[in-house]
Amino acid sequence: MIHFVLLISRQGKVRLTKWYTPYPQKQRSKVIKEISSLVLTRGPKLCNFVEWQGYRVVYKRYASLYFCMCIDPADNELETLQIIHHYVEILDRYFGNAYFILDEILIAGELQESNKKAVLRLVTTQDALVEAAKEAASSLSNIIAQATK
Amino acid sequence: MDTVEKIVEDFASDIAMSPFSSGTRLRDMIRAIRACKTAAEERAVVRRECAAIRTAISENEPELRHRNMAKLMFIHMLGYPTHFAQMECLKLIAAAGYPEKRVGYLGLMLLLDERQEVLMLVTNSLKQDLNHPNQFIVGLALCALGNICSAEMARDLSPEVERLMRSREVNTKKKAALCSIRIVRKVPDLAENFMALAASLLKEKHHGVLISAIQLCTELCKASKDALEYLRKNCIEGLVRILRDVSNSSYAPEYDVSGIADPFLHIRVLKLMRILGQGDADCSEYMNDILAQVATKTESNKNAGNAILYECVQTIMGIEATSGLRVLAINILGRFLSNRDNNIRYVALNMLMRAIAVDVLAVQRHRTTILECVKDADASIRKRALELVFLLVNDTNVKPLTKELIDYLSIADPDFKGDLTEKLCSIVEKFSQEKLWYLDQMIKVLSLAGNHVKDDVCHALIVVLSNGSELQGYSVRSLYKALQAYGKQGSLVRVAVWCIGEYGEMLVNNVGMLDGEEPVMVTESGAVDAVEIALNRHSADATTGAMCLVALLKLSSRFPSTSERVKQIVARNKENVVLELQQRSIEFSSIIQRHQSIRSSLLERMPVLDEASYLVKRATATQATISADKLAPTVAPGGLKLPNGVAKPTSAPLADLLDLSSDGAPASTTTSTTTPNGFLQDLLGIGGVSTGTTGVPSIASTDILMDLLSIGSSPSQNGTPGQESKPVHAVPEAIDLLGSLSSTTSVSAETKPTHLVSQDMDLLDGLSSSTSVSGLEKTVHPSITAFQSATLKITFDFKRQPGNPRETTIHATFTNLTSSTYTDFIFQAAVPKFIQLKLDPASGNTVPANGNGSVTQGLNVTNNQQGQKPLAMRIRMSYKVNGEDRLEQGQVSNFPSGL
Repeated sequence: MIHFVLLISRQGKVRLTKWYTPYPQKQRSKVIKEISSLVLTRGPKLCNFVEWQGYRVVYKRYASLYFCMCIDPADNELETLQIIHHYVEILDRYFGNAYFILDEILIAGELQESNKKAVLRLVTTQDALVEAAKEAASSLSNIIAQATK
Repeated sequence: MDTVEKIVEDFASDIAMSPFSSGTRLRDMIRAIRACKTAAEERAVVRRECAAIRTAISENEPELRHRNMAKLMFIHMLGYPTHFAQMECLKLIAAAGYPEKRVGYLGLMLLLDERQEVLMLVTNSLKQDLNHPNQFIVGLALCALGNICSAEMARDLSPEVERLMRSREVNTKKKAALCSIRIVRKVPDLAENFMALAASLLKEKHHGVLISAIQLCTELCKASKDALEYLRKNCIEGLVRILRDVSNSSYAPEYDVSGIADPFLHIRVLKLMRILGQGDADCSEYMNDILAQVATKTESNKNAGNAILYECVQTIMGIEATSGLRVLAINILGRFLSNRDNNIRYVALNMLMRAIAVDVLAVQRHRTTILECVKDADASIRKRALELVFLLVNDTNVKPLTKELIDYLSIADPDFKGDLTEKLCSIVEKFSQEKLWYLDQMIKVLSLAGNHVKDDVCHALIVVLSNGSELQGYSVRSLYKALQAYGKQGSLVRVAVWCIGEYGEMLVNNVGMLDGEEPVMVTESGAVDAVEIALNRHSADATTGAMCLVALLKLSSRFPSTSERVKQIVARNKENVVLELQQRSIEFSSIIQRHQSIRSSLLERMPVLDEASYLVKRATATQATISADKLAPTVAPGGLKLPNGVAKPTSAPLADLLDLSSDGAPASTTTSTTTPNGFLQDLLGIGGVSTGTTGVPSIASTDILMDLLSIGSSPSQNGTPGQESKPVHAVPEAIDLLGSLSSTTSVSAETKPTHLVSQDMDLLDGLSSSTSVSGLEKTVHPSITAFQSATLKITFDFKRQPGNPRETTIHATFTNLTSSTYTDFIFQAAVPKFIQLKLDPASGNTVPANGNGSVTQGLNVTNNQQGQKPLAMRIRMSYKVNGEDRLEQGQVSNFPSGL
């Protein structure tokens, strides 16, 4: 299973964290620090796997962002790399919230959907729901505003 | 991919949506934080934002809630505390609208972990949302539950999730199946509720549902044996069909990954097949064909194809596959191993480790390639390869492999040297068939990476050296040469210095030359030079320094001509800032200066160390500390594999052999405090045995090491902390002790050559109890030194009362070790509740100076828990010296057993 997903910029800034195994808040910062120093220092042509506390961290760099996933040693490292790519491709196609997209790809640290289009459909539908609520709220506020004039 | 970055950078930008906005927007806040140049600036911005959010919370403004939530998530990600907002998540989740719930659940998953009590409060909202008519709200609840649920929540909400797995919506079905995985992980008892449902989902067409269901099945198999049996019976056909369909399917754009249809589904099915086929011949048989098809037909030019092949090989290795299929798998691994892609090589090494259990020979064939991987530029690959090489070593290939690894050691990355050295040492120790080879390899490793060699490895080497009398000359010469070239390697210096001290004359006189060995020309002063250089080296630590001093002392006796020089070198350390070295230097100086007559017998060579018992000791210590390490050398019952390849039956513990005191009883104390360092203590324990005998548990092992390196009266011998403050003062008395040695010392030494060292040590300790040991009083138990400080010594003799076995009469003798008379001497003792104590009046209250006579006192002790608990006693002595009050106290825990 995937224990956590981290997105770290080349400068070491954290862009996204998602935890599927409970880590107390304090430990989370420690984990992030350790993983950053492990991953960011590796050269460009080396393999995409590092061993960390008995787990494997699979990472891949896209532009200036490092996508890291921590898996069990018995899991398939090559497939995890493919999952990262899957996520990146969907992010690339749809300008939406990275968390909401991730929630349509992984649950409980396991893969949920291998069909990119299905993920996109689900996220756009839900974003549309939010948009609709927004419009309803603003028209409501217009009515209130006019009524109180 | 720039857009990806943009999306993530614009974290959650569209979450905040309230039209009634006041205060800064999320986007503005992120911009403000990003613009900060220093950490202090950033903290200030965050503090300001948090304050605003807190106000909003206390004013209970529902309109701002989810913008604030989004801000908080961002702040949380930067590592600032956000616990004050946890209740806000709950409020958002409890709101009616989808947008609020969406942000609420997102916050819940990010800000909370399952340990927090807040989760208890959310269970009810989750239950309501799981029953919501809107499938997206159900989806949100399932996702949150799957990511953060605790065992309690799992029990409470499991019926809802079961129901949702039967839903008509594929989206709900797959989320419910994944959510069940978390539930089963938290509460494995629930596995049986899900197995029929999971099996039925395998008939679906939708890949998302299939993948989720297969993963659930995998988890169920891990959680319950019944589920495993059930799934073996009911879904193996379905799985084979799914795999056949997906691998034969024509091009499907939505699932296509570089020419392969849904590699994720492939891999998940293969993984479940491995679990079902493991140890089940029928199941395995059923899978053979489709596995062969996947293994042969999958394209291996892209990562997706390789990922499938990798999984397929693992499955073939894991199940009861036919031999033809295994050959196919091993061949794929061979191809992987020679691949230029580092990722592929990494997984190949990983897989070969698992394949070793199935087919060692097939893996051995790739040995050369694996060895090359040890030298790879990539640390991850090196590490994998090294572990694999370690598993591949056997009696036939150990020599070439070791040579390769040692050659590489000289150029290895500094970060990698530690791992490599450790593995090399254990390979050499485990597989050496002859001592000469073992010594040569160890000396090479010590020379190249002595700073990485662990203490226990050095100790093992010294034990072997001590036992191999025919190789001692060769070893000391090799170590001398190595020391000249690699004087910076800590462990090498220690071993070499020890050997030069012990076998110095073999170095100078080229004793025991082996065939083909080149003689070295070392003069007596050359040997002293080597040790002196080691002692003066800046990097030398206290232990090395102490070992150098001992070696110098020993050399002064081996080579009388150097005595004067050694004296000067030793004397230079009299003002060393390290207390241990200072004390040692002062003590040794006086041995060289004032005790010529006993020096040679005092500085005899160490007695041969017992290999078998050392290994027992080491194995126990290893098991205790690294029990998890499967590769730790194992001890076969009844016999041991020694480094030189000879099996020896285990014999008496080392402590007995090395216990240099004449009273054998306390030996058990020494054995019970065994640590790797404890061994060094034995090795170097010249006069320090009394630490073992007084059995002071409070001394940490490193301190023990230091204590035991010392000769004569060590300040902490009796473990009374109050005395440690005046070690320097202690020295003159210690010398008095030496001075008071009677001439019988040497007589006894001559008559009992085998106990030469121990006799002298006893005398160094000032033991005068030899008379009582000889049995004048016919005691059943040997007498003990109950207390000894620089100033005072107390011995106990024991006499059992014939009428009452629990009662013992102790005859205490107090001896003054200083040159001033003690007056008003009072001895007091206290015992635990299960012991009764009666003190007789003392024979006097004045203890004469210089041990010229003593005071005696009788003690009557009754141990009510004899056999269960040993005797123990706290003692206090008060007396006056020149009218000045003195107080000493201590604990006696070295009573002979059985009292």
